[in-house]
Amino acid sequence: MRLLISIKEGMSKRISTLALLLALVAAFPFAMSASGHDDGGELDVKEIIFEHLGDGYGWEVPFAHVYRIPLPVIVKSEDGKWFCFSSDDLTEIDVTENKETGKVTKHLVPVVKIIKKDGKEYRFTLAKEGDHKDKVVELIPDGNGYREYRPLDISITKNVAALFIATILVTAMVMGLVRYYRRKGLRAPRKGMGFFEMLVSFVYYDTIKSTLGESTKRFAPYLLTCFFFILTMNLVGLIVIFPGGANLTGNIAVTLVLAFMTFVVTNIFGTKHYWKEIFWPDVPLFLKFPLPIMQMIEVFGIFTKPAALCVRLFANMMGGHIIVITLTLLIFIFAAFGAGVAGGATVISVLFSIFMLLLDVLVSFIQAYVFTLLSALFISMAVVKEHEHNAEGDETYPQKERCDRQEIAEEKKALADLAKEVDA
Amino acid sequence: MLSTILAELSLQPIAGLGAALGAALAAIAAGIGIGKIGSSAMEAIARQPEAAGDIRSSMIVIAALIEGVALFAVIVSALALFIK
Repeated sequence: MRLLISIKEGMSKRISTLALLLALVAAFPFAMSASGHDDGGELDVKEIIFEHLGDGYGWEVPFAHVYRIPLPVIVKSEDGKWFCFSSDDLTEIDVTENKETGKVTKHLVPVVKIIKKDGKEYRFTLAKEGDHKDKVVELIPDGNGYREYRPLDISITKNVAALFIATILVTAMVMGLVRYYRRKGLRAPRKGMGFFEMLVSFVYYDTIKSTLGESTKRFAPYLLTCFFFILTMNLVGLIVIFPGGANLTGNIAVTLVLAFMTFVVTNIFGTKHYWKEIFWPDVPLFLKFPLPIMQMIEVFGIFTKPAALCVRLFANMMGGHIIVITLTLLIFIFAAFGAGVAGGATVISVLFSIFMLLLDVLVSFIQAYVFTLLSALFISMAVVKEHEHNAEGDETYPQKERCDRQEIAEEKKALADLAKEVDA
Repeated sequence: MLSTILAELSLQPIAGLGAALGAALAAIAAGIGIGKIGSSAMEAIARQPEAAGDIRSSMIVIAALIEGVALFAVIVSALALFIK
């Protein structure tokens, strides 16, 4: 009897969680329909997908994409002067009324912003087509018309603002955990902090300590940062509305920088033995000299390993987003075919969208874990020490202090005993 | 003669065909590869149920690596679509 009551209480909590999740997912089609691409009923699928995946100068207000939260645009003109203005000044809302259907649609149209500085006039606008489509260009008078010049652009775009938000989130989580430990000593944290602690422990012991061994303490900060930052960026990109909605890891610039960091860490901390293995490996002479075949392969390998990290993360995240957006757009594509088909398509599409979004959550965790694991592996291969030759001339590997399960279990037990002492 | 024909021909439809074929082949290859991992993981767990946790995590990690390779092919196919 008590079991049934407790199940029922648990159920109501689970049902409310499920309802919240469903509401969050059901927001997706509405966010999609507010895209403002409504050229008289024509649906440009590719345009909508790239708009959702790409970057922009203002942050869209959820469910009403024509209104944007203005963000600063910082550009350097052709003659070297810096300008900073709000992204709101570059576009204006154009309200058109369709005479036949009476529907009022609002579009964002680009507008030329004229700034006077030191007596000279500078014009900036968003390019409508060409190489610099939807980016800030400077219009420089050239004969009769203007020519477009793409200035040096370090504006705070939507992705940059989302990066700041992700950074603040990760820092807040980690600092919260540190403060908790400072106050409460070695007692195990509960609830939210406990889950975070579990993640840290999982990544540190099972991934970092077991591959790196003795140089764990040097590289654990970088690797743990990698894991939590990528995880936060992935999850934030899945939320539909502000502060989510910015597709961060689906942007190859972001993943490129992350892979570049791994590349830098691997090669800066590489030992002399590592570089010797690359430039004069232990292979027959004809592969090394006069044609440096092995050297070319090894040097190529230095670059392809981080490149693989970059492309793997980018493609996984972008693919997931594209699939979810396409499935949601199916509703609008089928809407033209009549009510019955549209209703059926809506149900199927929402179900599939939920499934793909949940899969995306799993994939974001897995991709963050794989990135960290492979970075740890590359670093461990770079910090390898010299093989030792024993008396017979055979190579023996020095005993790398690999932490096996027993050592880790002993360490955890010692910590638990200490915690019990503090408690008592 | 072939080169003059090719010069006149727009490569856009062939690029589309190439991209679609490339992505389809990548999907087949990824499916086969991950299927093999899945089957050997099942067998290993059946032989030794107490190692199920280890085997499961290894399986997921290796599946992610194979998916990475398949997604390289998808990226290349997407790039092929932008041939003019």
